[in-house]
Amino acid sequence: MSIPGRPKPVVTALGEPFWAACNERRLVVQRCLGCQQLRHYPQERCPLCYALEYDWAPLSGRGEVYSYTVSHRPFHPAWQEHAPYVVATIELEEGVRMVSDLIGADPGSIEIGQGVEITFEALDDFGLIPRFRVVKD
Amino acid sequence: MSLSGACAIVGIGQTEFSRGTEASTLDLHLEAALEAIADAGLRPSDVDGIMPNELAGTIAEDFILNLGLENVAFGSTIRTGGASLVSAVQNAALAIHGGVAEVVLLAAGRLGFSSQRVSQTSRGAIAPHPVMRHVDEFERPFGNTVAAQWFAQAARRHMHEYGTTSEDFGRIAVACRKHANLNARALMREKPLSLEQHQASAMITDPFRLFDCSLETDGAVALVVTSAERARDLRQTPAVILGIGEGHGTPPTSVTQKVDMTTLEGVRIAGERAFGMAGLRPADMDCAQIYDGFTWTVLAGLEDLGFCAKGEAAEFIRSGAIELGGELPVNTSGGLLSEGHCSGGNLISESVRQLRGQVEAERQVPGCDHVLVSGEGNFHEGSAMILGRAS
Repeated sequence: MSIPGRPKPVVTALGEPFWAACNERRLVVQRCLGCQQLRHYPQERCPLCYALEYDWAPLSGRGEVYSYTVSHRPFHPAWQEHAPYVVATIELEEGVRMVSDLIGADPGSIEIGQGVEITFEALDDFGLIPRFRVVKD
Repeated sequence: MSLSGACAIVGIGQTEFSRGTEASTLDLHLEAALEAIADAGLRPSDVDGIMPNELAGTIAEDFILNLGLENVAFGSTIRTGGASLVSAVQNAALAIHGGVAEVVLLAAGRLGFSSQRVSQTSRGAIAPHPVMRHVDEFERPFGNTVAAQWFAQAARRHMHEYGTTSEDFGRIAVACRKHANLNARALMREKPLSLEQHQASAMITDPFRLFDCSLETDGAVALVVTSAERARDLRQTPAVILGIGEGHGTPPTSVTQKVDMTTLEGVRIAGERAFGMAGLRPADMDCAQIYDGFTWTVLAGLEDLGFCAKGEAAEFIRSGAIELGGELPVNTSGGLLSEGHCSGGNLISESVRQLRGQVEAERQVPGCDHVLVSGEGNFHEGSAMILGRAS
């Protein structure tokens, strides 16, 4: 279920490679070349070893719900027709977290620990964006 | 040269809280400012420091212009959302203690109902804010658009880890409402609330129901801070700043990226600093005014400020401890949940009134010598202050 009219990502210079990879259906995050620590969201420098250098590491796109909220009130016009909708914090297998409104989640039975996987969806006048959908057991 | 006991809050001003006003934000700030200055027994020309509040969008020049201030030596604005005001008191105290200024005026509050609705934009923002850059790039596009959703996820995780329930949140809402029902200034003074009504209220963003959310409010509060020495000669019993601190959790740009989103890390650190400076413990507090943007932030605040061990606030609340007459009355004005949301300003004005003995008799905490007041803003940034009644 694509949702047109959602706010477009305000892309920063640091985030640009993340979105470029999404356009190729790849999910990547910064990896510090000093200590190999993965990090998200993108930032200038590693907060652990202070290295400037990083590359972009591919992720599996699999993870689980770390927390969530079921929004009954549409807080943005794009979700007007979709309430109640589930917005979740996803913890990926590799340990970094991302936020997504979930696809295929039952607002009445969604739980922390629910397995999810990545899917890429077109956003008009932007490109592909990463969303997560519930994995059926 | 410790800051403990060096400065005091000597004047408070508070406009009527409403849901709809013709006044501008600045009109409200100026009204509260003049009241606070008069309350202290000072004149506007005595003010030489100005700390406008970032959420209101006012600037020092607004006050210089309208109050004819010719002697301003210090102006500064803190940018940690709802944590800003208590942090601003810290900065005011530093400026005074350092000899840069003598009388600092602080004002906060906004048209939270008439124009800056936090239910409609992130933070009720008047302008894009740099601290929102991660949310604007990676969260708003995915529906995580307002603060209620950020804190709801923290609350949900707390429920998962500690067994906290919606009824526990409801008991906080009910306690605040009982206090508001005794407060002539409170928006909800004539509206009782039962736990059943809380549980039946509309789900806003799970687990937050309507009555878990603070009140979008038009209004302003102003404070006057000066040295404890000068305070002795002024009109009111000084509320002496015995301890004060701020804290910044990491990462400070998103709730979802917190290592432990169930802890208000900035509030926890701020509390440790404030208690450490004062040389006091949570058990020494006669009441607490804990920043209540949502019911859950009171529950987490009780834990993170050290009034309860982590995961044990729900039991503390169930015992009735946070109600007037209980072990630790919390948010005795009704707080942001039931008096009105004035960027935390009314938590400070209430603290000062409790110490002065200037609230309705049914609301007065007996023998109120020490009050803790906290701030919380943005993504779990925190501030905390311990005020004591001057002897």
